[in-house]
Amino acid sequence: MTADEHFVRICGVVKRFGKDAPALDHVDGDILGGRITGLVGPDGAGKTTLIRLMTGLMLPDQGTVAVLGFDTAKDAASIQASIGYMPQRFGLYEDLSVQENLDLYADLRGLPLGERKATYDELLEFTDLKRFTSRLAGKLSGGMKQKLGLACALLRKPRLLLLDEPGVGVDPISRRDLWKMVENLTASGIGVVWSTAYLDEAEACDRVLLLNEGKLLFEGAPAELTGRVADRVFKISGTTGRKREALARYLDADGVVDGVIQGGAIRLVMAPGFTPPATPADTTRSVPQATVAPPRFEDAFIDMLGGGPGGRSKLAEVQTPFANEDGKPVIEAHGLTKRFGDFTAADDISFDIPRGQIFGLLGPNGAGKSTTFKMLCGLLKPSAGEGRVAGFDLRRDAAEARNRLGYMAQKFSLYGDLSVAQNLNFFAGVYGLSGERKRERTRLMVEIFGFGRLLDMSAKDLPLGLKQRLALACAVLHEPEALFLDEPTSGVDPITRREFWTHINGLVEKGVTVLVTTHFMDEAEYCDRISLIYRGRSIALGSPDELKKRVATAACPDPTMEDAFIALVQGSEEKQVAA
Amino acid sequence: MTMPAQTETPTAGRRRRFAALVRKESYQIVRDPSSILIAFVLPMILLFLFGYGVSLDTTQTRIGLVVEQETPLTRDLAAGFQASRYFSVSLGRDRRDFEDDLVLGRLRGIVIIPARFTADHVAGRHPALQVMVDGSDPNTANFVQNYAQATVANWERQQRGQDAGQPPAISVEQRFWFNPELTSRNFLVPGSIAIVMTLVGTLLTSLVVAREWERGTMEAMMATPVSAAELLAGKLLPYFLLGLASMTLCVLLAVFLFGVPFRGSVAALYALSATFLMPALGQGLLISAATKNQFLASQLALISAFLPAFLLSGFLFEINSMPTVIQWITFIVPARYLIPSLQTVFLAGDIWPMFLQSIAVMLLIGCVFFALAARSTRKRIG
Repeated sequence: MTADEHFVRICGVVKRFGKDAPALDHVDGDILGGRITGLVGPDGAGKTTLIRLMTGLMLPDQGTVAVLGFDTAKDAASIQASIGYMPQRFGLYEDLSVQENLDLYADLRGLPLGERKATYDELLEFTDLKRFTSRLAGKLSGGMKQKLGLACALLRKPRLLLLDEPGVGVDPISRRDLWKMVENLTASGIGVVWSTAYLDEAEACDRVLLLNEGKLLFEGAPAELTGRVADRVFKISGTTGRKREALARYLDADGVVDGVIQGGAIRLVMAPGFTPPATPADTTRSVPQATVAPPRFEDAFIDMLGGGPGGRSKLAEVQTPFANEDGKPVIEAHGLTKRFGDFTAADDISFDIPRGQIFGLLGPNGAGKSTTFKMLCGLLKPSAGEGRVAGFDLRRDAAEARNRLGYMAQKFSLYGDLSVAQNLNFFAGVYGLSGERKRERTRLMVEIFGFGRLLDMSAKDLPLGLKQRLALACAVLHEPEALFLDEPTSGVDPITRREFWTHINGLVEKGVTVLVTTHFMDEAEYCDRISLIYRGRSIALGSPDELKKRVATAACPDPTMEDAFIALVQGSEEKQVAA
Repeated sequence: MTMPAQTETPTAGRRRRFAALVRKESYQIVRDPSSILIAFVLPMILLFLFGYGVSLDTTQTRIGLVVEQETPLTRDLAAGFQASRYFSVSLGRDRRDFEDDLVLGRLRGIVIIPARFTADHVAGRHPALQVMVDGSDPNTANFVQNYAQATVANWERQQRGQDAGQPPAISVEQRFWFNPELTSRNFLVPGSIAIVMTLVGTLLTSLVVAREWERGTMEAMMATPVSAAELLAGKLLPYFLLGLASMTLCVLLAVFLFGVPFRGSVAALYALSATFLMPALGQGLLISAATKNQFLASQLALISAFLPAFLLSGFLFEINSMPTVIQWITFIVPARYLIPSLQTVFLAGDIWPMFLQSIAVMLLIGCVFFALAARSTRKRIG
């Protein structure tokens, strides 16, 4: 068997669900043996559908999918005998132990009894689950579940391994481990499909199929894609003071395709033939330095989609500024602790956020971010410690505090069966707006976010990006002083994410204070300060640049946020072991 | 790269996969508190409810009896009412004495012996009685009306006999076979066993399949070499056995705790119950094939299986007294065939011709459900 053999051939595939726009629209592509192929795109791009088509569990409406030489429509059984498939959420039985899950899949895949011991040993070693064989799968951490899911898919060595978003909800250390395991597999000729919405994962793949709204945008090596923006990416350092304002000005300058904040610096993608504008007006004192930076997958993706939005936020323009009179922090956490039974979800977490700053809680799922977050917006009662918003103690004046904060929940908890207009109306009522103010604010939201034609649509039928916009609109209707954002951009496409941060940056410039949770390392760069949350504790606190600097070594002089996270977590574990 | 090792024979593979699925399902049943709840706790609650709480026996219904004109004749009739074991009688002279009590529900009905009663009777005209009942409770209302009529008819027969100077020509004496004390518990408890098996067979089965869809395990299963038939069979066997276990628990409780007689054979009991589980499980699978969500599955199971087994099976309501259209519908309710047979096993004994007929019909309904379920469960998603 040779590497680079075509394991999967996708030809002119169309798949439609109901009357909506097709989930896959004339997609062609190949998956090669011995390679990791990234199936990349935001939520709703068609990744899961494409993987299901490869398993033969779903058939295309048009076109063909051939896997390992078999047509999925005619010979699904032969395909299923030689693939390993790990669906989202890993397909494990939570009431069964690790060993029982392995036995079940070994029986179903027909692994001969004689080979079992050796195979189990090898896989348990490989996944480092040997100590946990008798533990119920439901009691494993996210990272361990993911490894067990992988082990189950690898019993009776498949030729093709299909992994649907294996990196979701898993801490960066486990994610890195998993990646190494999968890389080892390709060495033995296995073809791997790794679907992901994280563009940094895409960068590490051998090849990618980039999907957006059901269409294939690109097929090939990631470097080929990033090549299109080579020499057009710049890192601007030395902008003094208000980097958010500077970014907004850059974004509106000629020839700027895309721009983001990266800690203390700004990262710009320029149109071909343009260089970063030398000094945007009124940047005083030091002159910003522009240096060429290595292009990232995301830069190229945005360039391909026609560039990001401008730097103006109409939402921020209509916001009444909050004056920073007393210099007191707007959000305060003092020793916040939450115990559920004998499990401490959040342990002695303290920080404060001055007016007009963005503070990030960064950590993997289950680390305690959401628990901390919920205590601070009065949704959970702390077991110990206290939280304040705009000076109001959440235990005594929860209602007062809540009136001053806007909350955007994870997965944009809107009322799916209500229309866009009804959602706005409902949230306006909940936040106590009435009469002229209610009409005016609702009208503004409709205008700013372009809901005009969508007013009668049910919220659940909106595309993800619009859902996110509606959720933001509902959270800021009452012009809150503090904005709580729980995983605000998870799964949305990068353009929508840019737009979102343009609004947030604009609001922050007007004195709104923001607390954001994210497991997106890139998103952490927008924050003024970050607290790294791991296993319920805050293991590090500082600005993104400080945290990165803390872990810089000679070998890795310019670490990414993810590098910093991993190093800091490992450091804190070593300290615990030592203590 | 190592090639997959020699494949075992197809039959051995099938057997091994089936055994693995059954084992997995059994672990899950044992470890999941909700299946224990539905299979053992809920049946016990139901059984206690029917054993102790619900009684369809009617004794001592409170009525008001108005005697507008007291004569020996009316006094005699009133005595007939007072002597009845079905009524607890308050006497009065004017209906207005009782109207408030009827409105307030303190009385279930008022029987009025009008002033003209004696005159009519003497003149040989058919004398009329007036019965006022609380129509808001139609069952009791019917009951009061019927028993009042029966009491009067009885009294008339006696009168006629006395007038002729001889005992009444025919006296009807009722004797109930099989359930001489007419204890409703004795036929409610066997009936509720059918309800319990519907819960396990249909509700629990549709829930666990829907749960596999929700948790994404079904998808992972389907992408392995396992066939759709193996998946279905691997689900059915454990729940079939669980249904029988749950039935056994109910029968033991019925016989030893509630003292319901058991006059038939254990073989007949298991033959009937096992057959009944076919349509019940088939329906559960069909529901889970149609919906992949636990909430919807439970609603569908309750409405399409539990309620019909309760209402349209003759368990609580006589099928013969239902509207014709509803009677037709009852023919496709499997519990309709099981319940009379089970009652027979408990109260009368083995009547195989009856059982075999029920078994045949239940099997037929079961086959239809399975055929439909098999058709809609393919190894495909969406």
